[in-house]
Amino acid sequence: MKTIKKIINDPQNVVPEAIDGLIAASHGTLKKIPGKNVVVKTRPTPNKVGIVIGGGSGHEPVAAGFIGENLADGAACGNVFASPTPDIILETIKAVNNGAGVLNLVLNYAGDNLNFEIGSEMAEAEGIAVRSVQIMDDVASAPASRITDRRGIAGYVFAIKVAGAASAMLGDFDEIERVTIKARDNIRSMGVAISAGSIPENGAPTFELGDDEIEIGMGIHGEPGVARRKLIPADQLVTEMMAIILADLPFQRGDEVCLLVNNLGATTLMELFIVNRRIRMILEEKGIGVHDTLVGNYCTSLEMAGFSISLMKLDAELKKYYDVPVTSPALTRR
Amino acid sequence: MKKMELSLQETKEMFMYVAEQMIASKELLTEADMVIGDGDHGIGMAKGFTAVREKLNGDEFTSLDEICKTVGFALMMSIGGASGAIFGTLYQGAAKSLTGQTTFTATALSTMLESGLDAVKVRGKSKPGDKTMVDALEPAATASKACLSLHLGEALSVATEAARLGMEKTKEMVATMGRAKSLGERSLGHPDPGAISTHLILNFMTEYVKGV
Repeated sequence: MKTIKKIINDPQNVVPEAIDGLIAASHGTLKKIPGKNVVVKTRPTPNKVGIVIGGGSGHEPVAAGFIGENLADGAACGNVFASPTPDIILETIKAVNNGAGVLNLVLNYAGDNLNFEIGSEMAEAEGIAVRSVQIMDDVASAPASRITDRRGIAGYVFAIKVAGAASAMLGDFDEIERVTIKARDNIRSMGVAISAGSIPENGAPTFELGDDEIEIGMGIHGEPGVARRKLIPADQLVTEMMAIILADLPFQRGDEVCLLVNNLGATTLMELFIVNRRIRMILEEKGIGVHDTLVGNYCTSLEMAGFSISLMKLDAELKKYYDVPVTSPALTRR
Repeated sequence: MKKMELSLQETKEMFMYVAEQMIASKELLTEADMVIGDGDHGIGMAKGFTAVREKLNGDEFTSLDEICKTVGFALMMSIGGASGAIFGTLYQGAAKSLTGQTTFTATALSTMLESGLDAVKVRGKSKPGDKTMVDALEPAATASKACLSLHLGEALSVATEAARLGMEKTKEMVATMGRAKSLGERSLGHPDPGAISTHLILNFMTEYVKGV
């Protein structure tokens, strides 16, 4: 097997070492639970429903990078592309619970759902109120008629931002859950890959793609998308992707959205800006306003090259929570 | 020599043998998962059964359900992903049918497979034909019911062959669960890695018992 170059030490240690480095960059705001791949706030916010995020590693800064003021309270980190185990999830839930209960934001994959289900049952057995909301924003992963089969990708960031703010401002668990689900239901995303990332432990590329090929709709673990074709110019590619994303919700004239142009790992900011330029042209043509734009590394897939586009449609309520100032290693908005 | 049953100590040794052989199957399982999933099934199972080996080595047991529960817990808390949850659930579910028992017989095998299968179906919300490990496990559980009066080794052979046939049939199925779901029709022609592991586990149990 071809050796893949990576800047790592022992491949077995990539997850805890990356966590240590993230914590070192958090200005003292984050800490790790000793011996476990669990990251929590150094100073927990009292008297609020805790927001737990997490999933497989390899998507940095998802998930632990989004722990912070008015964002998530803790992250359960699994191995690369593998959901955390139930004991890690239980530890995270226990660490962020301060009596008001815990809301898990779970990317909608079989492994994450199963492990969060078991971890949550274990926490409930210890008397903690636990609920979960599945994130399923990837329009390329299943048709709208099977929306609960859809995978969760970069739109996760918007859901974390709204849920974090709602949990900070609202006391009622039902209300926090309702607002989070509302955000989830208004997010749509889609990615495209031009080359694969590789798993540190075995060096295996997560998919095979010809030198001049791209895959539209590729998932963040290399899951197949909707079409494989020859590389086309950025404007044409973005136009195709936006047509699918916009038609799905659908986003309509007069809507206001938050926009995320997300790097899947190895794509340059220059390319992302070229993508963003075309997105804004399309949104303007369609009469859709942009309330906020994020461009950069938010939900990556190791060193996969490519990007994803996420849109969240806002109403007055979602806008109120989205606009709450946040501070975290991966996202600061004042 | 034909063994009617295994003692508690022999049962523990059987699970140790299964763990060793599953660790040694890492490459085979990785290759099977590369074509249909994300290629981490071999790594996960090797990691899980390494944890099983450590736990079994370190603990003393007074009944079969304790052994089974220990295996299940070790898998569930070390693998991550769907495999850890499902294979952990298999052993934990199986343990429920073995409470207080100290000899592993053909009857114990049958109730254990049945009980494990039930737990997996509830947890995974999967049914036969979904191209999962259930497609290997269910035929094995069904076949074992007809083997209650056989020697343990013979009963295991029958269950293993049923699991193998079930695993082979997953080649003709379209994945509807887990990460292979994304492949849809492209999953045709390849067996489900979880079904392969299920067959292997039974196969290694058989090897151990036949070698005793």
